[in-house]
Amino acid sequence: MSDTTHHIVPYRTYALILLLLLVLTSTSVAVTQIELTRWATIVALLLASTKSAIVLAIFMHLKFDQTVYKVMAIFVVLVITAVIILTFLDYGFR
Amino acid sequence: MSSNTTDNTGYKSYLEEDGGRKGIFKWILSTDHKRIGLLYLYAMMLWFCVGVVLGLLMKLELIAPGKTLMEAQAYNATFTVHGVIMIFLIVIPGLPAVFGNFMLPIQIGAKDVAFPRLNLFSWYIYILGGILVIISLFGNGPPDTGWTFYAPYSFKTGTNMLPAALGAFVLGFSSILTGLNFIVTIHRMRAPGMTWFKMPLFPWTLYGTAWIQLLATPIIGITLLMVAGERILGIGFFDPAKGGDPLLYQHLFWIYSHPAVYIMILPAMGAISEIIPTFAKKTIFGYKAIVFSTLAIAFVGYFVWGHHMYTSGMSGAALWAFSLLTFIVAIPSAIKVFNWISTMHQGSISTEIPFLWAASFIFIFMIGGLTGLVLGSLAIDVHVHDTAFVVAHFHFIVFGGVGFAFFGAIHYWFSKIFGRKYDPSWAKTGWIIFFIGFVTLYGPMFYLGIKGMPRRYFDYLEEFHGPNIISTLGAMVMVAGFLIILVNLIKSARHGEKTTEMNPWGGTNLEWQVPTPPPLENFDEIPVIDKATYKYD
Ligand code: HEM
Ligand SMILES: [Cu+2]
Repeated sequence: MSDTTHHIVPYRTYALILLLLLVLTSTSVAVTQIELTRWATIVALLLASTKSAIVLAIFMHLKFDQTVYKVMAIFVVLVITAVIILTFLDYGFR
Repeated sequence: MSSNTTDNTGYKSYLEEDGGRKGIFKWILSTDHKRIGLLYLYAMMLWFCVGVVLGLLMKLELIAPGKTLMEAQAYNATFTVHGVIMIFLIVIPGLPAVFGNFMLPIQIGAKDVAFPRLNLFSWYIYILGGILVIISLFGNGPPDTGWTFYAPYSFKTGTNMLPAALGAFVLGFSSILTGLNFIVTIHRMRAPGMTWFKMPLFPWTLYGTAWIQLLATPIIGITLLMVAGERILGIGFFDPAKGGDPLLYQHLFWIYSHPAVYIMILPAMGAISEIIPTFAKKTIFGYKAIVFSTLAIAFVGYFVWGHHMYTSGMSGAALWAFSLLTFIVAIPSAIKVFNWISTMHQGSISTEIPFLWAASFIFIFMIGGLTGLVLGSLAIDVHVHDTAFVVAHFHFIVFGGVGFAFFGAIHYWFSKIFGRKYDPSWAKTGWIIFFIGFVTLYGPMFYLGIKGMPRRYFDYLEEFHGPNIISTLGAMVMVAGFLIILVNLIKSARHGEKTTEMNPWGGTNLEWQVPTPPPLENFDEIPVIDKATYKYD
């Protein structure tokens, strides 16, 4: 789009992010070995959200975008969070 | 002819503009938002006729206890295919795909949607989804799970579940892409001067709907893929034998499908908000209240899905939360009703056909909405869940709401779209017969449900016989009314009296300021908006 400034992210950053994502993925696999009982879902969700936040911000350039897009994306994340919390009002209290 | 009529010499309407293509290619290769809107209209009309026939077959089966027309299995397949067609192929694309496509760019002063080719592509996806639904009818027999595809039955049934679920999956993409297109169009392509609060209400409701299409639809996509994984690979998401949870399916399904009912109803409310001020010749009452209630419905609508699961064995904490939220979501809907009524109050109302549809919409919609509240209260729902009462509720609101608004909209914008007039006396006859048939068909089902007649059975106890006869007779009357309306519209679109009158109803939005029918890119010059719409002198 013409009204956004083009931002060039160096390859090194991309490589580092990729590495970080791989580490996080391995972590989420690794934690399944620990018996976390009811915290298991929360930990899995936190790790997954961190990963998607990084992808959105860097790979999808949200970090360098106009505020309106940031607001939209954050709003969407909040809606989904609320949906998940509501779902666990069922699973957490059965 | 009114003073608004212009001499149309030297302009070519979108219907005459064929892009150098011939025959059907004028349509299926055109990226003009108006032609695409009509492509959806024609496809949906065909599907609707199929759905109506299936509905009538069910009612004929239910005219007497025991087998009259078909066995249990055939009945199960009939209500499933009826539901899949009506929900996924008709009311979800519904008003956005037809009137949204046709009117949105015009109403906001744009030449087309933001991504015209993506728009045409969405229509092709829609057709592909429809083909998959047709495929599901053959082979092992049509699916028999109900349109809700509930697990665990949906991954156990031997019928052709997969193609139908895949069809719904594919149709979802059409919906998502249309939503995306509309969001970008509304954000980026409003005419200069058209601030958010100068935008007409129909685009506003399309905007709310578009966000739901974009955010909620992926959830059903993934859910249906999970069912496919269950059927093909036996993964066990929903299978208690493998540690899965069937209720997870219900959660995921309704996390989409409740917001989806707002995909259906919001644009319908938008169309009603256009029709009422035009025929009351009065500024819409509480424009901002309608805008904010639209956004509130779209937002709160995400958080009420659990009201479809009251009797499923969900936790007590979830039960009261969902019931509370369900009552809250009714408030913005009620606000809209008050606004429409207040708009009519002391207006100079002319009871033309579109107004009749709009007024009867309000009546029917209120019955649907208020019975929704009945269902939303926990204790009562235990009694009427999965009875004919629920069927009556959602037909009043989905068919009565979306259907009446759709018919209202097509009678409202007909001459603008086709450049021809329909026969008003046939239109009125069709409307009154349809209305009477509708109430006679679905009204008794409230009673039957309260008395305990379950839904989704081909048979019932003798004590339910009387009201079922009335209901089936109502169905016949309603179908007769529908045929009158349909024949009148088709005949008029092809051979009706030609008209170039720009503004037959005295509307104030931009669509009444472009020629009838509009030219290819709607405007020679993009208008500059300097005042709010809905101002009548
Ligand atoms: C005033 C707002 C509304 C309330 C409080 C409400 C409440 C409910 C409740 C509690 C149920 C579940 C009943 C049961 O299964 O026991 C239900 C079913 C249903 N509602 Fe509504 N509703 C409202 C508006 C709508 C609207 C606007 C639509 C669609 C445009 C709609 C479409 C449906 C459908 C399709 C079902 C049945 C789905 C199925 O089981 O096959 N409702 N409603
Ligand atoms: Cu619902």
